[in-house]
Amino acid sequence: MTDSTPHWYDDEAGPMVRLYAMTAGRARPSSEAFDLMAVVHADSGPGPLGEGSALSPEQYAILTLCADRPRPVAEVASDSGLPLGVVRVLLSDLLAEGLIHVNRPVPPAQLPDAHILREVIDGLRAL
Amino acid sequence: MDSARSDSFMALKILVAGGFGVGKTTLVGSVSEIRPLSTEERLTEAGRPVDSLDGIQHKTTTTVAMDFGRITIHHDLALYLFGTPGQDRFWFLWDELAQGALGAVVLADTRRLADSFAAVDYFEHRGVPFVVAVNCFEGARSHRAEDVAGALDLDPGTPVVLCDARERESCKEVLIRLVEHAASSYEARLDANAPSS
Repeated sequence: MTDSTPHWYDDEAGPMVRLYAMTAGRARPSSEAFDLMAVVHADSGPGPLGEGSALSPEQYAILTLCADRPRPVAEVASDSGLPLGVVRVLLSDLLAEGLIHVNRPVPPAQLPDAHILREVIDGLRAL
Repeated sequence: MDSARSDSFMALKILVAGGFGVGKTTLVGSVSEIRPLSTEERLTEAGRPVDSLDGIQHKTTTTVAMDFGRITIHHDLALYLFGTPGQDRFWFLWDELAQGALGAVVLADTRRLADSFAAVDYFEHRGVPFVVAVNCFEGARSHRAEDVAGALDLDPGTPVVLCDARERESCKEVLIRLVEHAASSYEARLDANAPSS
């Protein structure tokens, strides 16, 4: 018999860390800046992950994504595999540390000018 | 300003709505690189009869998965598609999704047109430009676009497009019609607000 310790759970059980352990129990971000489509960006990525780094592995992963290219909050959540609520809390930490920039989405009333929509249509045709 | 590249990046949001099983996931997958997006929401009164909390009384949030896709137009411009959750108990998510959306696609199945009513009403009331895309399932009788518009009691001018959600070209055409329609709606709104001088 090679299978020594039978587990009562398997991979289907999902992550064995409670989600909001990653946010130290906080369920709401400290900033209201993180609309689904707010674009976040970092000038530089995190340093090497290791001792002395104040970032959690999840914050580290998010900062790496933000340094790669600008992307909206929804895409950060999708790319990091973390739920939106968790991502918003972690982004607000990174914002407080001055590690990321956030651009609020253009308000719908000013949106969107005709030449941008023309670019979208041309871009879709070219897909 | 060059230092913050996010200044020049524009992300536009398009919603894909419609009844359960109408082909929203298929459409998003046909035209974009589809990925899951999850959000956790507080359970509401509306969800209670459905989400049995027996034995887990402390569970107050539930995870909702949405279809999510990106279409890169160019370096500084991308479209993001959000498949809205089909179940009625997730309606509260729609307000955040609809805010600032460029427009919406309401995907419809002519065999179950009534499933589209809620989405049509919602976008009409919120003033979100939308097109109705009739997913032409094999075996479903084909209908003329005008008949569908009549059956859904659409405002005049709301486009109805026949499509096949499995076909990339067909889905592209739906999105193009939507963006054209959104462009003319915004233009009409600007004209209406402009001083008459």
